[in-house]
Amino acid sequence: MSRRDLFRLGGAAAGGLALSGCAIPGLAKTVTPAQTRAEAARFWPKQKPTRQLSFANWASYIDPNHQSLKEFTKATGIAVSYSEVIEDDNSFYAKIDPIIRSGQATGYDIMVITDGFEFVDLVELQEVVPLDHAMLPTFSKNAIPSFKRSTFDPGNLYSVPWQSGMTGIAWNTKYVKEPITGLDALWDPKYKGKIGMMQDPQELANFGLFRLGIDPDHATEADWRKAANVLSAQRNAGFVRQYYDQSYLNALSQGDVWITMAWSGDIFQQNQSTGNNDLQFVVPAEGGTIWTDNMMIPKGAQNPVSAMKLMDWYYRPDIAAIVTENVQYIPACAPVRAVIEQDAKRKKGANGQTQATLKSLSSSPLIFPPQAELRRTRNYITPKDPKTAQTFKNIFNAITEV
Amino acid sequence: MHGIRSKLTPYYLMLPGGLWLAIFFAVPIVMMIGLSTMTGNVISGFGETWQHFGNYVQGFTQYTPEWIRSAEYAGLGCLISIVLSYPIAYWIAFYGGSRKSTYLFLLLLPFFVSFVLRTIAWNYILGDQGLILGPLKHWGLIAPGFRVLATGSAVIIGIVYNYLPFMILPIYVALERVDPTVIEAGRDLYAGSATVFRKVVLPLSLPGVFAGVLLNFVPAASDYVNASVLGGTGNTMIGNIIYDQYFVVQNYPVQASLSFSLMGILLIGIFLYARALGTEEVLEAAAAI
Repeated sequence: MSRRDLFRLGGAAAGGLALSGCAIPGLAKTVTPAQTRAEAARFWPKQKPTRQLSFANWASYIDPNHQSLKEFTKATGIAVSYSEVIEDDNSFYAKIDPIIRSGQATGYDIMVITDGFEFVDLVELQEVVPLDHAMLPTFSKNAIPSFKRSTFDPGNLYSVPWQSGMTGIAWNTKYVKEPITGLDALWDPKYKGKIGMMQDPQELANFGLFRLGIDPDHATEADWRKAANVLSAQRNAGFVRQYYDQSYLNALSQGDVWITMAWSGDIFQQNQSTGNNDLQFVVPAEGGTIWTDNMMIPKGAQNPVSAMKLMDWYYRPDIAAIVTENVQYIPACAPVRAVIEQDAKRKKGANGQTQATLKSLSSSPLIFPPQAELRRTRNYITPKDPKTAQTFKNIFNAITEV
Repeated sequence: MHGIRSKLTPYYLMLPGGLWLAIFFAVPIVMMIGLSTMTGNVISGFGETWQHFGNYVQGFTQYTPEWIRSAEYAGLGCLISIVLSYPIAYWIAFYGGSRKSTYLFLLLLPFFVSFVLRTIAWNYILGDQGLILGPLKHWGLIAPGFRVLATGSAVIIGIVYNYLPFMILPIYVALERVDPTVIEAGRDLYAGSATVFRKVVLPLSLPGVFAGVLLNFVPAASDYVNASVLGGTGNTMIGNIIYDQYFVVQNYPVQASLSFSLMGILLIGIFLYARALGTEEVLEAAAAI
């Protein structure tokens, strides 16, 4: 056999091996809550405390000078390396999934994940560590009860909330002169080409269903298709300028879109930073979406004990208030409102906010939504069955994919 | 012993580069081909079915408009880029004098900034009330509803801008190589400036243009940043579909089959193109930069 033949044979063998070997393995079987608790009971006693922690979060999602983290380091001696590496759930998941699957460490001990498809993937594939509730006394004391009974992680087996927010409609009052109350505005020919919709299939789906008066919690596959038709019609009529990610906010303040689907905290923050109150936000009369970003510990994390300590730390009212006063999303820690009210009386905020800002914060329905508003909001539709999930994604991704 | 060793030396020298290519280029491609015919989903896993070529059929039938649009945007981008680049390259090559390298450096300067950031900057330039359209609308020169952003034109503008140096540089290299005595000879034979350009300079610079087209079309056809940042509804390119199928829908097999189709089409295209124009010249000019 000549050398060339040997090379060929080797190449063919390697190719065949790669072809058959690169099947991506999935999940063997689903795990029950009891098994999860047993797994946690096995895992945690073996863990040793460490002096460091790596925290992966989204951009502009903590107090800008990291006071809340510095005080954590002072109180516990744990140094935190904080990085804003998450741009969206799906690309972050695509980055960490192969690493966790191959049994390696991602380099992060805490990550913040929205209650969408990636959250389900992480839990179903057991790519996150079940939490040790013995280490969460502050959380169990201060967390708002509805956050402990969430539909996506009942009993907080794998996650505790970081911040929560609502998806509604925002408009720029420089261009839209009427008060907006409902979804009609997103289908109004007056605003043709100046309407922004979100690219995310789960965000789009809820708005399509609200438009039809269908409750997303009870929607069937047939309902999804009807909703997709309504959304396609809106696109085909030329109403939608673009399907946006986070970039909608810039387009809205520049006047490229006049009215758009939007996230509550963004609008508040943008008005604060520009100093004018050009942007308005409403949860549509037909319904809006409520989502929660959650702290989770990826499998293979090097400092899980430190991670648990940090999770609990952010349920201290004074610490949670620092974050709320800066990011202006919905806190899951109940006493935050009282702290902000007190801060307003003392005329100082965590980051030097004015008394007026703090007053408007503590009375804002976007940060402390009243029951009436919460009743109109629904979670994302996140089918757990993978085939149904695929169908859902295909139906709603087809709208933006044209 | 000595004889064998010297015979094997070239192979040893090739080993690092060869291994590098094998590990980081060949293996991923083989894996991608394997993945492209699998079925499954992220949670249950993906398995090889060996006969599921439906992914390829779906890739072409479902996304026909996006395939055509990618070719159209990349092609138009190339044409505009040639028109813009040729005079610049000509001027630098023949009138740049001792400052040629300064001009070339200035040309490349914006490219020290990240690709995505540069593209986002065009959002401000082309915005409905932005630097250009704002004043024009204010003076009533264009209709208030007119827009460039979120249209196909904006995507093509982005493509032209982002790949412009890859057109200018090969044309410049080709023009720079033109022997001045050849031009003098043309003049001696009583040819006017226009004739010299048409009959001498232009033909000698064509390999540079062809190489520029190659270096522009290939990345532009698979680009997704320009369409997602500057485009609107109905401006999706095949690169965006691949991105969505991977990150959003998590349909890895469809994504792999689309990627492989795109790679195959571009490879065949390059070979046909190079053969039609003379392989040596095009690839050499492309390699020169």
